[in-house]
Amino acid sequence: MDLGLKVAEVVETSSSEFLAQCYELDGAPALGSMVRTKGKDCEIYGIVCASATHSVEPGRRIMARGQGAQSETDVFKANPQLAKLLCSDFRALVVGHGRGRSMYQYLPPSPASIYAFVYTCKSEEVRDFTKSLNFLSLLIDTRLPVATDEVIAAFLRLASQTQQEPQDFLVKAGKDLAWLLSNDIRRLDSILKRLRNDREE
Amino acid sequence: MRLGTVIFGSLMHGVQVKLDPGRSVEEIAVGRYVAIKGEKKRFFGMITDVSLEAVDPRAMVMPPDISDPFIAKVVSGTTTYGKISVLPMLTISGDAATMLEGPQPAKTVPAHFSEVQLASQRDVELVFGPEDRQRFYIGTPLDMETKVCINMEELVKRSNGVFGKSGTGKTFLTRLLLVGMLQKSGAVSLIFDMHNEYGWEGKSEKGHRVKGLKQLFPGKVAVFCLDEAYARRRNVNVDHMVKIGYDEIEPEDIALLRQTFNFTDASIQAIYGLARRFGDKKWFESTLTLGEEESKKVQKEMEIHDSTWRNLRRSLMNLQRFPFLMSHAPDDAVKNMLGYLERGINVVLEFGSYDDISAYILVANLLSRRIYTQYREKVDISDAKGNKEPVPMVITIEEAHKFLNPEVATQTIFGKIAREMRKYNVTMLVIDQRPSGIDEEVMSQLGTKITCLLDNERDVDAVLTGVAGKSELKSVLSRLESKQQALIFGHALPMPVVVKVREYGTPESYKELGPLAGDGKAKTDKLDDLWG
Repeated sequence: MDLGLKVAEVVETSSSEFLAQCYELDGAPALGSMVRTKGKDCEIYGIVCASATHSVEPGRRIMARGQGAQSETDVFKANPQLAKLLCSDFRALVVGHGRGRSMYQYLPPSPASIYAFVYTCKSEEVRDFTKSLNFLSLLIDTRLPVATDEVIAAFLRLASQTQQEPQDFLVKAGKDLAWLLSNDIRRLDSILKRLRNDREE
Repeated sequence: MRLGTVIFGSLMHGVQVKLDPGRSVEEIAVGRYVAIKGEKKRFFGMITDVSLEAVDPRAMVMPPDISDPFIAKVVSGTTTYGKISVLPMLTISGDAATMLEGPQPAKTVPAHFSEVQLASQRDVELVFGPEDRQRFYIGTPLDMETKVCINMEELVKRSNGVFGKSGTGKTFLTRLLLVGMLQKSGAVSLIFDMHNEYGWEGKSEKGHRVKGLKQLFPGKVAVFCLDEAYARRRNVNVDHMVKIGYDEIEPEDIALLRQTFNFTDASIQAIYGLARRFGDKKWFESTLTLGEEESKKVQKEMEIHDSTWRNLRRSLMNLQRFPFLMSHAPDDAVKNMLGYLERGINVVLEFGSYDDISAYILVANLLSRRIYTQYREKVDISDAKGNKEPVPMVITIEEAHKFLNPEVATQTIFGKIAREMRKYNVTMLVIDQRPSGIDEEVMSQLGTKITCLLDNERDVDAVLTGVAGKSELKSVLSRLESKQQALIFGHALPMPVVVKVREYGTPESYKELGPLAGDGKAKTDKLDDLWG
């Protein structure tokens, strides 16, 4: 993650999210991690909110092939065509954009460009972007294929690891969430508990 | 130190301040000062209440799991938060009025979300002024080191009261106030010292002796005493012994003892009747020396009921037993006292072992009435001639509710002084533990009230009658500590203040509480001030 690797390419795009197809099978970044791609005149930042691996052809089902194999890698060795027939992709929720050295925590004027390369974000980028957590309100109100709370918790856990004081970062984020969820104590509690699990590991 | 932000409120009930996350309600104490940074003005107020709040009532029913320190840290100040009530009392702005007259009473409240901070030392100094020739340092605000000063010249312009339950430090506080008056008010004091606490020496709560006014200001205080034996026994340096002649006792003096002696209306009428019959100067002695036959004759002629007569005689005999009463006093105590008072020397009358309430009422009333009458004449004469008025005088009385209760307040000289106030340059310092027993009219005329802990509802109400923010101050007053703390409010101070009363009784304190440097000089000579 620290390297800012080029991992995928935008294949479907809208103002609020984009779908990126990975270059490698199972090559999607972790749930909740930050990725960067290009839009018109700006860098667009997204948070991985769902990833999947499936057949390239929509109508073709994937069959189980490993009955006689010793390990999972043997399955690929025996069927080299699989790498071409299957693909991994992930959805990223747009949370802000950057222009030059400035970061903006709201949606960019235009969506990510189609075929734009998608990179994982370096630690410094994540740190810079999370100096303010205003974009949490974007996340809270979005309906996602994965439980939104899981994505928020995963993002905060990962982002905290890039901070010099991870614990302080989590408390600050927790307080911001407490404001946003002031009318939904149960939801707040469930997110906070997800942050806690991570800290105990 | 930033505390939080104003969220809502009103001038009448004070503004509500939400504490910042990270500020615990446990750090806050009612009675502390805060400064509020409004849009155009700075407000100065007092914390009057502290409460716990939650943004969502469900949080109270289903509390978050605060056994986890992380969750506890997150929810404190967000989901749940502390709130304080602040009563804005003064505004400090850069306008002309503030420059000239200092902070002004608050006539509005700070805007929404104004920043609230604990008042700094500088703020407090700005409000109460520095210690100077008029201002006397009485104590420090709660949890602060700044000096709270009372303007003594302003204080003595009106009658004042010191209240508090027994054992809360009234005497201690009064002693300090008297020292302050002596040092800085330019007024003279006449002190009726029932328990011998102020004149020569007193006792601290811990039992060791502390210096009285005479020891601190030997040249400015004269001690009068009623009890010669006591003075000798205790080695008190007494200037004059006081004797009172029967011929000086007037019917009003006895009428005042109504409650003490259980007099009925008929008894009071009988007293006035006797005075008419025997003459003002002789009635007391004559009534007591009547033989049985004559008694019956008088009783019959004046239509006095037998039981009334017996009660009256018994009561007068009780008084007669006081050795300081005699048929004719060798010298005139009132004249002596006035002599001192006119020269600017303060007079303390110690009662010695006669700390009986009937002796106290009789003597205090009798002497005060005479002194007041003569003082008043002098003021009238000086007014007519355009001369300089006599120095203001402050009469200090204890157990004030005995003189100022609604039944007798209209008759006693003290009731009159309290109501007529400063017209004749005479005011009072009343000390009492049951302020609810004092006539409302008198209470309402008191300029500055200094009150230690009171916990009786009626007493608290009586003290706070007519004060802005009464219910808020009530919570402050009933939470004072039982020692060394007092709430002071009224004329001599820009706003109510809870103080931790300064030290008295240590060698260092005596150094500061003695006569001021250069005090022997005439105060009127302003040039002297330049040279200290």
